[in-house]
Amino acid sequence: MQWKLLLPKKIVLPNGKEVLEKRSVMPLIWLLLFILTLLSIRITGFSLEVLRDRIDQFFVIAQQMVPPNWGYVTKLWQPLFDTIKMSLLGSVAGAICALPIAMLAAANITKNKWIAMLSKFILSLLRTLPTLIIALIATFIFGLGTMAGTIAIFLFTIAYVGKLLYEQIENVDMGVFEAMHSMGLSTIQAFRYAIMPQILPNYLSTSLFCFEGNVRYASILGYVGAGGIGLLLNESLGWRSYANVGMILLMLVCTVFIIESTSEYFRKRLM
Amino acid sequence: MNAIEKQLQLQLNRRMSYFLTLLIVGLLFIWSISTIHVDSISNNGAKIAKNILVGLLQPDWTLLFNATTGGIPYLLIETMAIAFLGTIVGAFLAIPLAFLSASNIVPKPIAFVVRLLLIIIRTIPAIVYGLLFIRVTGQGPFAGVFTMSLTSIGMLSKLYVDVIEDLDKSVLESMEALGCTLMEKIRFGIWPQLTALFLSIVIYRFDMNLRDATVLGLVGAGGIGAPLIFAMNAYKWSEVGAILVGLILLILMVEYLSNRVRTKLVKG
Repeated sequence: MQWKLLLPKKIVLPNGKEVLEKRSVMPLIWLLLFILTLLSIRITGFSLEVLRDRIDQFFVIAQQMVPPNWGYVTKLWQPLFDTIKMSLLGSVAGAICALPIAMLAAANITKNKWIAMLSKFILSLLRTLPTLIIALIATFIFGLGTMAGTIAIFLFTIAYVGKLLYEQIENVDMGVFEAMHSMGLSTIQAFRYAIMPQILPNYLSTSLFCFEGNVRYASILGYVGAGGIGLLLNESLGWRSYANVGMILLMLVCTVFIIESTSEYFRKRLM
Repeated sequence: MNAIEKQLQLQLNRRMSYFLTLLIVGLLFIWSISTIHVDSISNNGAKIAKNILVGLLQPDWTLLFNATTGGIPYLLIETMAIAFLGTIVGAFLAIPLAFLSASNIVPKPIAFVVRLLLIIIRTIPAIVYGLLFIRVTGQGPFAGVFTMSLTSIGMLSKLYVDVIEDLDKSVLESMEALGCTLMEKIRFGIWPQLTALFLSIVIYRFDMNLRDATVLGLVGAGGIGAPLIFAMNAYKWSEVGAILVGLILLILMVEYLSNRVRTKLVKG
């Protein structure tokens, strides 16, 4: 309906027929983006001069990170594995718990409209809460340490995998499910044999993808006291021992690279 | 043996691979359970949880409708501005990197090196970027803009690459047959194919950036993160509740709008 505000252009063809050409809204969108950019520049105090004059300062700390402090490696293994374990545990548990919640949230499986709406609302509420804040609250309740980080990752995984999963379930071919239902199978049984095979590859691939991201996220969580390598990162940054920071970053990059390559390989096999 | 059974036997036996996958995942799961230390749970955890919940359910309404620069509406606008500008800067920075890492445009070795660079950019936590930029710009939202843009580059270029590698080349061939110049080919052959999808990716990333903007508060790079974290560390749960209500409403609204716009962009 908003498109009708723009009058279409009239073109008269050689044979006298009139054709209406729809106006493109692209110029309007660009204009809107431009205005918003200007506003944001005002609010954030963005200035290119400062950037040009002082950009060399950016590399002052970056230069101190190379070469990394190789001797620091021995202290890093334990927290690094803690980080990986945290994200692994949170991801696996979260992905498993996401399945029943996604079932409840899918409108074509759960016939009760209110339950489906409520589950969807809980999922989007969980997804909107920043992970860092969940981790911070968890440290108040479960004490400092990896437990809090695991809880934060667990909740985030439920929200992320759950949302993608219920969208897939809603788009699934329902014919088989209905046939099995009419043969007398219960909803759970019909779900297991009719819908699971259709969503399984996507479900596993989404979970793997979420795990990849979680490893990266887990490395920040230490900053609020939720355990793992972030704790050491916070400490080294505080003491300004940037060679140690360089080493931590190097280890993180290597770990993430290995995990991403492995999981990408499996995801390609799945699809 | 009838035809149906024969057909059934032709199917690959997946049982072994399922079993192995389950075994590996199970072993990893058990291995990682060792990270849980139940003894560190403070005894009054339940009480604290109740306090938090009560505080969150009674948000500080005066703060929520405070129109000065310390109030939540202004902080939310500032957060949006940071996320918006950060996404735009990141979106532009990601374009050359994406073309350089698309294996159908540049030779394989270059694409590999650029991909490695992207992984490095993506893995370095936002806190580190924040600290580096605060040296350049001083504390405040300006540092936040660049932190956001650097953290967005990784994902943006990865998604761009998928679009670039799916480009329909036959259009370019037919344009070449018509005698179009290189600029015309880019303007009318490549540009229309890319803009809608690129815009949709950028909007998606803006959505994510708005969500991640709280991280910036940790290093003093502006936005709503710092007041939120201060309020939490001071146990002012009704203040936290007010900020969270504002943030969640904003994010849900932006998500709804961005979903509408993105479906419109992709489906035309």
